[in-house]
Amino acid sequence: MAVETLPPKAGGAGLGSGRGRILSSLRHNPLGITGGIMLVAVVLAGLLAPLLAPYSPSEVHFDTPFQRPLTEGFPLGTDDLGRDILSRLLFGIQTSLQVGVLSVLLAVVIGTPLGLLAGYSRGFDAVISRLTDVTLAFPFLIIAVGLAAISGPSLGNAAIALGIAQIPTMIRVVRGETLRIKESDFVLGARTMDASPTWIMLRHVLPNATSAIIVQATVIMPVAVIGEALLSFLGLGIQPPTPSLGIMLSDAQQYIFRAPSAAIFPGIAIALICLAFNLFGDALRDAFDPTNTTRK
Amino acid sequence: MGRYLLTRLWQSVVTLVLASLVVFIGVRQLPGDPALAMAGEEATPEQLAAVRADMGLDQPLVTQYLAFVRNTFSGDFGESTRTGTPVTELIATTLPVTLWLSAYAIVVAIVIGILFGVIAERFRGRWPEWVANAFALVGLSVPNFWLGILAILYLAVTLGWFPASGYVDVLSDPLRGLYYLTLPALILGTGLAAVIMRQTRASMIETMTTDYVRTARAKGLGRGRVLVRYGLRNSLIVVVTIVGLQLGGLISGAVVTERIFALPGFGKLTLDAVFTRDYPVIQAVVLIITVSYILINLAVDILYSVVNPKIRVGGAN
Repeated sequence: MAVETLPPKAGGAGLGSGRGRILSSLRHNPLGITGGIMLVAVVLAGLLAPLLAPYSPSEVHFDTPFQRPLTEGFPLGTDDLGRDILSRLLFGIQTSLQVGVLSVLLAVVIGTPLGLLAGYSRGFDAVISRLTDVTLAFPFLIIAVGLAAISGPSLGNAAIALGIAQIPTMIRVVRGETLRIKESDFVLGARTMDASPTWIMLRHVLPNATSAIIVQATVIMPVAVIGEALLSFLGLGIQPPTPSLGIMLSDAQQYIFRAPSAAIFPGIAIALICLAFNLFGDALRDAFDPTNTTRK
Repeated sequence: MGRYLLTRLWQSVVTLVLASLVVFIGVRQLPGDPALAMAGEEATPEQLAAVRADMGLDQPLVTQYLAFVRNTFSGDFGESTRTGTPVTELIATTLPVTLWLSAYAIVVAIVIGILFGVIAERFRGRWPEWVANAFALVGLSVPNFWLGILAILYLAVTLGWFPASGYVDVLSDPLRGLYYLTLPALILGTGLAAVIMRQTRASMIETMTTDYVRTARAKGLGRGRVLVRYGLRNSLIVVVTIVGLQLGGLISGAVVTERIFALPGFGKLTLDAVFTRDYPVIQAVVLIITVSYILINLAVDILYSVVNPKIRVGGAN
């Protein structure tokens, strides 16, 4: 995951100088390309849901419930209330991505500065690792249970619970990068020129840790997407009428014998989102890794 | 070794204290006045004050916290506000279900994970490796509660191999009990199995390229023999770590699995408590899961230092 050690002048361009190599590595990785294409498709599906969806996700058609897929007017069929499954799926993907992005942002915004501090100063390291231990002591579902008990289940609470649970790993990743980068020659050079620790961290360490942070973000996304579906499935996450893949699954389980397809599509959608991020993340990790230049 | 254990023990104590503080403060953030709930809406201010004094709510926060810790240690979690049953009793009836389910799932995951890991390494570049890799990718990308729904649909209802839901006490009828838990355990164990498989494979590949393995091979030891004797032994260390790291996920997974298969376990108790705002139960559940999670992680670390001598020598860091 290491970025090559850059000369002090290029300290702020962690991604820039290796961009050609990274792109070429990505281009020659078939799984990565597949993941990238899937990723674009999924994100577009979520963003353009209002344009692509034939109906509103909450529009009921009481005269046509439990339609099979490929029925006229309903490409993926309808659910127990006659709502169009394709439309609900598209808006559900949008919700999943929303929660995913929010929790990634939370983990990055809190995890990055704490990781930098922990890596840079031993004093902060002791305090921060205790805080990390405490956070790790609460499985994400328990955080979600607590937040739901305090202020009711909601999209925001689901994203917060998922984000908090990911902060410790983010801290660990950034801390590891900081420990590595601060030993490099260009940081030593900056230090001899009397650069302040804040300057060194922001100008030299952070840019070189960016690739690791991005890779970690692609790891968090699928975890958060599955987590959102899980929380919503249990009733601890998104609340109806907001469409969510998890709620669709929990609804579908109740009438699974009448319309099994209603339970199948949301699951496929979740799996595709996760697969896209997993594949693309793996390829990105390989591309960022300078020791991996021989890979075809 | 001694110093490492002491440091690790001390860290766990600090974490336990901090985590219990979080729970204590969190419970006080819950909406609604517990004294008012106990005394009823029509209570006079005097009655309310009396109830408050009786519950210790008029004491300083520090005293309240100490009382909270004392009650926890004596196993007194109060009574469910919904049914009036002592919380301890509720836990005693539901916890075994979850423990059986999780233990079964861990066994399933270790067996499948190591088996597939060995297959993937033994047949590198051929179809068995692809099958094992595809399994790992699916296990990691597919949410296990969806797998659970599909399993009920196809394995339980269409094929009739397993019961779709229900629970039989494992101790009073082991065979039927395990039979009822098989499908839930398979579902809960899939994700863990995928992680174990990937790590086992990686650790095997690493071991198989070491000098001592080359020496063993040069002395005429068969590839299969080396795989079992050196590869497996090293991957066991990895498995111990993985199971420890994945316990949080396993707890969350158990809650969902219980929901899908209608098992009367700890997860059902938790969810029912959240939806009915049964605060004493929520507090007890959160506390028990957190404390056991910290203790299990401590145990895993100790076990890890026993099987992996590198850690012992390395000291606290």
